Amino acid sequence: MSTTPFRSPEPDRNFIGKAVRVVGQIFTREDLYVDGDVEGTIESLDTRITIGTNGRVQASIKAREVVILGQIQGDVEATDKVDLRKDAKLVGNITTARISIEDGAVFKGSIDIRKSEPKAAAPATPGPVAPSAPSSAPPAAVAPPVGGLPPGAVRR
Amino acid sequence: MGATMLTDKLRTLFQRNGGDQFGAPNVQGYRTQLPGSLSRHAQAPAAPVTRASRGVEQFFFSLRGTVGLTILDLAIPNQDNITHLTNMGHKLYTADLIGSLDEAFGHDPDEQTNAGRIEYFLRSSLDYPAATFDGVLLWDSLQFMGPALLTATIDRLYEVMRPDAYLLAFVTSNDKVTDVPAHSFRIIDNKNILITERGLRASGQVFNNRNIEKLFGNFQSVKFFLTRESLREIIVRR
Repeated sequence: MSTTPFRSPEPDRNFIGKAVRVVGQIFTREDLYVDGDVEGTIESLDTRITIGTNGRVQASIKAREVVILGQIQGDVEATDKVDLRKDAKLVGNITTARISIEDGAVFKGSIDIRKSEPKAAAPATPGPVAPSAPSSAPPAAVAPPVGGLPPGAVRR
Repeated sequence: MGATMLTDKLRTLFQRNGGDQFGAPNVQGYRTQLPGSLSRHAQAPAAPVTRASRGVEQFFFSLRGTVGLTILDLAIPNQDNITHLTNMGHKLYTADLIGSLDEAFGHDPDEQTNAGRIEYFLRSSLDYPAATFDGVLLWDSLQFMGPALLTATIDRLYEVMRPDAYLLAFVTSNDKVTDVPAHSFRIIDNKNILITERGLRASGQVFNNRNIEKLFGNFQSVKFFLTRESLREIIVRR
């Protein structure tokens, strides 16, 4: 469980402010901080999506990592980790490899832990991507190398 | 005066022995807790206590050797329960039943006879397809429900449980009190739980062996275990 205080997003990161309302689909290749209202879907490629304390989201979310400080009504799918902080509220189903929930967070829904398969060594020549990802994953999403733990490793 | 002296003597005796008053060692450094009849609920909630639970042991025994089951945990969501159940390879559903109770009825037990509110409560907290769950951890939420709500909740749980699924519930065994302590429960392992008192709440009704058996009359079997916190652990097979 994380107890480190959450820092505000850096100014050069994608940011939806608390006075902003978005209806529709959001797709990002960078980390995204949502502090406003979003209705629809939010999807990212191997990045982190953070729902800020003022965030009110009625959307399904897909990302590598999802950090929740505000409110979400919708399903959350993370290839790495879902992090529910104190005062977060999530009504929806979670699919993730790891989950952290702080005391005080409100959650109603299901938790399905899916450890991602360790990636095989990259082929010497580019080839088709093996269909190992779930059908709901972004098509042909090839993650860049990630430092630290290998994909699927569980950090305790 | 006499009771206070006895309490102080007991505390001194067991603190000297380095364990609790029942001879069990302190686990994880938690302060010792007096039994329910001696604790001072009105002044301050007791400290968290870790102890063995026969009900929890039976519940997890029923899940042995299986993965991929669907478990419903009706405690306040917490990391310990989530980690334990998902590490066993099960899919976990979680919902705070006491929170839903307060949302639907407030703190007035009389509201629990309102059919519309009962229906709202069941829709908001137990709206799952029939025969979804292989196990239900109900903890102590039943004891705050009045008879009408209690019957409706048990009927709903019967619907959403699969045949042969087990349900674990805790109710007070003290039938002399109108307010009973509410607890939060964290699973430590397959036999031990961490219990934290969360203050007093109005009791919905008295639970004795006969009305518990009647309440779960549709289920295959009902088993009880008495605990030191004046709780009766109930393990029920659908």
